[in-house]
Amino acid sequence: MKNSNKSSMFAKELVLPALKQSFVKLSPRAMFRNPVMFTVEIGTVIMLFVTAYSFKVNDKTIGNFSYNLAVFIILLLTLLFANFAEAIAEARGKAQADSLRKTREETPAKKVSIVGEIFTDEIHIVPSSQLKKGDLFVCEAGDIIPMDGEIIKGLATIDESAITGESAPVIREAGGDKSSVTGGTKVLSDKIKVRVTTDPGESFLDKMIALVEGASRQKTPNEIALTILLASFTIIFVIVCVTLKPFADYANTTISIAAFISLFVCLIPTTIGGLLSAIGIAGMDRALRANVITKSGKAVETAGDVDTLLLDKTGTITIGNRKATNFYPANGIDKKVFIKACVLASLADETPEGKSIIELANLNVNSFNTTGARFIEFTAETRSSGIDMPSGLKIRKGAFDAIRNIAIKAGNNFPKETEEQVRSISSNGGTPLVVSQNQEVLGVIELQDIIKPGIQERFARLRKMGVKTVMVTGDNPLTAKYIAEKAGVDDFIAEAKPEDKMNYIKKEQVSGKLVAMMGDGTNDAPALAQADVGVAMNSGTQAAKEAGNMVDLDNDPTKLIEIVEIGKQLLITRGTITTFSIANDVAKYFAIVPALFISSIPALQALNIMHLQSPQSAILSAVIFNAIIIPLLIPLSLKGVAYKPIGASALLRRNLLIYGLGGVIAPFIGIKLIDMILALFI
Amino acid sequence: MKKHILPALKLTVVMIILLAVIYPLAIAAVGKLTPGKGKGETISVNGKVVGYANIGQNFTQDKYFWGRPSAIGYNASGSGGSNKGPNNPEYLKLVQDRIDSFLVHNPSVKKEDIPAELVTASGSGLDPDLSPAAVRIQVKRVAAIRHLDEATINALVDAYVQKPLLGLFGPAKVNVLKLNVALDELH
Amino acid sequence: MNTELTGVIVTFLITVLLAIPLGKYIAKVFSGNKTMLDFLNPFERFIYRMCGIDPQKKMDWKDFLKAMLTINLLWFVYAFFMLLFQDKLPLNPDGNPAQTPDLAFNTAISFLVNCNLQHYSGETGVTYLTQTFVLMFLQFVSAATGIAVLVGVLNGLKEKTVNNLGNFWSIFVKTITRILLPLCIVMAVIMAFSGSPTSYDGKDTITTLQGDTVNVSRGPAAGFIAIKHLGTNGGGWFGANSAHPLENPTYLTNMVELIAQMIIPIAMIFAMGIYIRKRKFANVIFGIMTVGMLILLVPTMVAEIHGNPAIAHLGVAQPTGAMEGKEVRFGPASSGYWSIVTTIISTGSVNSMHDSSMPLSGMMQMLGMMINAFYGGCGVGILNYLIYIIVAVFISGLMVGRTPEFMGHKVEAREIKIAALVTLLSAFLVKGGVALAAYFSAHHPEIAWAVKPSSWLNNPSYHGFSEMLYEFTSSNANNGSGFEGLGDNNTFWNVSTGIVLILARFIPIIGPVAIVGLLANKKYVPESAGTLRTDSITFGAMTFAVIFIINALSFFPALVLGPIAELFSR
Repeated sequence: MKNSNKSSMFAKELVLPALKQSFVKLSPRAMFRNPVMFTVEIGTVIMLFVTAYSFKVNDKTIGNFSYNLAVFIILLLTLLFANFAEAIAEARGKAQADSLRKTREETPAKKVSIVGEIFTDEIHIVPSSQLKKGDLFVCEAGDIIPMDGEIIKGLATIDESAITGESAPVIREAGGDKSSVTGGTKVLSDKIKVRVTTDPGESFLDKMIALVEGASRQKTPNEIALTILLASFTIIFVIVCVTLKPFADYANTTISIAAFISLFVCLIPTTIGGLLSAIGIAGMDRALRANVITKSGKAVETAGDVDTLLLDKTGTITIGNRKATNFYPANGIDKKVFIKACVLASLADETPEGKSIIELANLNVNSFNTTGARFIEFTAETRSSGIDMPSGLKIRKGAFDAIRNIAIKAGNNFPKETEEQVRSISSNGGTPLVVSQNQEVLGVIELQDIIKPGIQERFARLRKMGVKTVMVTGDNPLTAKYIAEKAGVDDFIAEAKPEDKMNYIKKEQVSGKLVAMMGDGTNDAPALAQADVGVAMNSGTQAAKEAGNMVDLDNDPTKLIEIVEIGKQLLITRGTITTFSIANDVAKYFAIVPALFISSIPALQALNIMHLQSPQSAILSAVIFNAIIIPLLIPLSLKGVAYKPIGASALLRRNLLIYGLGGVIAPFIGIKLIDMILALFI
Repeated sequence: MKKHILPALKLTVVMIILLAVIYPLAIAAVGKLTPGKGKGETISVNGKVVGYANIGQNFTQDKYFWGRPSAIGYNASGSGGSNKGPNNPEYLKLVQDRIDSFLVHNPSVKKEDIPAELVTASGSGLDPDLSPAAVRIQVKRVAAIRHLDEATINALVDAYVQKPLLGLFGPAKVNVLKLNVALDELH
Repeated sequence: MNTELTGVIVTFLITVLLAIPLGKYIAKVFSGNKTMLDFLNPFERFIYRMCGIDPQKKMDWKDFLKAMLTINLLWFVYAFFMLLFQDKLPLNPDGNPAQTPDLAFNTAISFLVNCNLQHYSGETGVTYLTQTFVLMFLQFVSAATGIAVLVGVLNGLKEKTVNNLGNFWSIFVKTITRILLPLCIVMAVIMAFSGSPTSYDGKDTITTLQGDTVNVSRGPAAGFIAIKHLGTNGGGWFGANSAHPLENPTYLTNMVELIAQMIIPIAMIFAMGIYIRKRKFANVIFGIMTVGMLILLVPTMVAEIHGNPAIAHLGVAQPTGAMEGKEVRFGPASSGYWSIVTTIISTGSVNSMHDSSMPLSGMMQMLGMMINAFYGGCGVGILNYLIYIIVAVFISGLMVGRTPEFMGHKVEAREIKIAALVTLLSAFLVKGGVALAAYFSAHHPEIAWAVKPSSWLNNPSYHGFSEMLYEFTSSNANNGSGFEGLGDNNTFWNVSTGIVLILARFIPIIGPVAIVGLLANKKYVPESAGTLRTDSITFGAMTFAVIFIINALSFFPALVLGPIAELFSR
């Protein structure tokens, strides 16, 4: 699934329906949502009447039929281009969502029958679409899970590749934080009983599809503000064009209706007006492509504003759990003997740390004969574990002070150099595990957190974006500090309890910051809800998923970083295209205004710095440029303007140069070129 | 708004007393100490006031140095310029007439030497000054009609040229009224 | 370098050099720190007691605005009726008549809003009583209103989150007693010693050297001239304003008046930097405004020094540049400089007749007023600039991928709505007004009004259009200068510009106060590396671009039909 949609931006199966939609969207009721394009539509309708009139009547002040027709067609194209931009963005988002939805087509469900309020043991098969919230169903090895739900009984390995693209099976079990199952995934082993958590048509995916389709898409606060600004620019141009009439009368100039409408349409910010909603949809779509389901467009936007990022240490900053990295035998102990003792002590240890010791030792485990041996489990009191061999050999491994107690009690010394070693490991962020054999210290194993490669660079990038990273870990403050420094995070919460996260978020928010976090457990839910951007892992509990405003299908803790960038990109795209659109007006003025008055004020030829052929071709060129710039910018709107973490001022400088200055210059070239082409025909 | 009306009213009265009564009366008192006693500096000939030092007068007779053209005929009960745009055809015709008239009265002057200030109206209509060049170009006429040699008049003009402020800022100028009074006194 | 240019350069440098300490002083006054004038404390306490004002009382932005609007309304009523009945009141030595209702409406509003459009002539249209008790009084209080509102706005920006803009009354009183009045006294004394009249004697009659009998208007002008410039009002005692030899007798007074009109607007920028503890922000604003001024100034001075090509065509020499409407003692360089200073600063006083300026200069003067934020009027210049900043913050915030914020507060739809409205307003008022005037000129030139539209204009064609455009631009900018050839003392112009004046004054004041009031109420967002700094040169350039684009888009077609067409039609 992941990265499967590499098809080109304008795949045929997307373009055709989008083209159809472009016409459907011409309906005034749909256009009204977008004031800029709505005024263009009004202009187009007026031009339609003018064109029809000029066909019948030969009125000099109205202009000839073919010219009017040309203006009308270009205006209509402007509208269609704008609609197409929105439609293609919708189509892409929908295609992406559809392919996700396909995974959950009708599947038979083994529903647990219910009598009154009591679930029986009886099972019958129903189509998945008939499952309702609260229903129970059973899945066995080989079954496709029919509906999103929560395991209430049992444990199973599940293949989630259909959703996440990750081929390794995952374990899901009742209770705890890994109890959620997603419709469309496949049970590989065991049997689980699942409670349905959503009604049909109301899953997150369904909600997202509705968002993309526009049915429930609401303008984000930022979009609203921008629309207001664009509307006010539009009104300025209404004033400019309306007042131009008496101005022209004073100057004894007649301006045709076509010229008025052309001037108006060229000046109002049609480029951004036409692309605005496409940009918003594309933002959600990009999130979806990163396998993140957003519950609202606002969430994506907010992500771009995040000041503080709460990240779990394990899985995000470090790879999984601690790993053994070194064996340090005590003085006079043979390293081989020491390592062998370590392996023996860890044979029955199922914790990742235990396994990593065996891995590091790299000895053939089967060569150890443990028949009759007694394994000693780790307990909080002894704080050590180990093995008692039939031979009477007692091997223990555990925390420094626990093993020291054992040794001293037996009257043995704790070797000085080992004690040194223990201290040095601790201060380097590692965890020392001391191993003893028959109350005699053999040496120490170093366990280390492995920081993910490349994570420092990512944090550096975040810092440049102005995002503060906070590591959340259960480690003691010393270890936490070491890892925090090594990974390059700005702050950490050590020995964290769930409420610590919550308090940290609240503290940050009181000082005015926006906080994003990722979580999966039920006890994360309050913090997820409190955070401004809460990303729940798809594997997490239903409560967590309800609380957050995004769901990450990949369960990838580093996804937050990507989400922040997607949010920023969304805003940047909007800002740069707005700038570009408005900057374009300078050139359009230089094309149209001299054209309007040149017949009565020949001196204004001096303003015709592009040396356009004739007033008519000048106006047509400007309107054509205005129309075709929309489709030309669709790819940029959908892909988004690249975000570069180079600091806000540098970024502004860069974008101002490219899109501001570029926006001033580009239309001069474009209009001139179009005029040269038109000269071949007129 | 109601609660603000009373303080607003009282504050207005207090401020009128402070700003419209005390302040201008205080300045008027200071003005008594100035050269013109606060009424404007006048110039007298034989004890009779012939004008204000800072206010230009109409000079049309050839024996006097002429000042700038005035849109209000130097009537200082009002003030103002022509407010003609630089390309107004009517205005350009008027300037042309002034040039022609100047050439008639100063036959020895070449047209391209006439400084524009002699044929364009001042902003106030009361401009008391001319640039030294605009005065010098009239020396020949004045000398001829007064039967004085040009050197004498040139010397007088030189004495009446006011240098830029501190010799550094602004244009040099000649007060036409003062110059003409001095001219009369030459005899 | 010639003495005319050094005069201009040194004038500007002295202005800035004086504005820096003045800015520090102003910041101290409003921070309540010790200053030289603390001996006025008992006097101010006396005023508060007399007026029943509690100077400590906090005001939120709505209350602040209500106080400001209440007293302004009161002043309007007072001024209107005084002008209407001035002929029956004392202190009228020249026996001048009463103003007509439409003229009184225009004059009262015009002085109330710090514009001073003056559709009358100072020598004949008003009496010494109305000059001092109405016009000069309004020149003080309207300037103080602008400064007081700015201080209120700064109070909102100063604190992280606050609901208090300070006490309007106390800020207002302090502005008068601590800033305007002391500076005015100093300047008025300079003016008096330079030859401006101060006595209440009426017109004098003299016989000139040639034997003509003329009248000479006089009156207590020196104090008036001081506040007219220091308060960026611009209304002249005499009709010809600061071109009049009694209102601006020498090059020294010319420099003093130039410095006076610019000094408070510039000092307010520095004061802002100190007061809200954002000096770099203020310095960048000062830099951008100065660059803006230079862009308008340089072409103007070049055009004026170069002279009128049409006059050159007649064959005479223009060694002192274009002299129509100019005074010899100032010369074209200083006149060109003044014409830009007075239009960017919303003073509106003139030392040359703008109607006779070169077309390019005329355009630059109008642009100065359209932008109205390069230094700008007392207090209000910065408020206007603030609106441009809000728009710039919004667009550039988007361009760096962050919800826009200004001074630690998020700029959202409501603030943008207000900023957009204020931006729209000037385009609407200027172009709407000109459209109306152009409509009557073009379609009903002979309509039976007291002054027919056909005789409004003193110049034909494009320049006539410029006269109308200039008048509404000046009204909208609350500037007050004019292309005075326009026949503006009649019902149409008095009423239409009067309405423009009042809207263009109070909406751009209410807007920024509301924006800051709303912002100040919001949660404070601390700066991070991702925050766009508003005190960077990059952001300054962005603001400049916004200023350029908004004004170019709003006014380009109108400018094309006026000064630009005239410029190219030779």
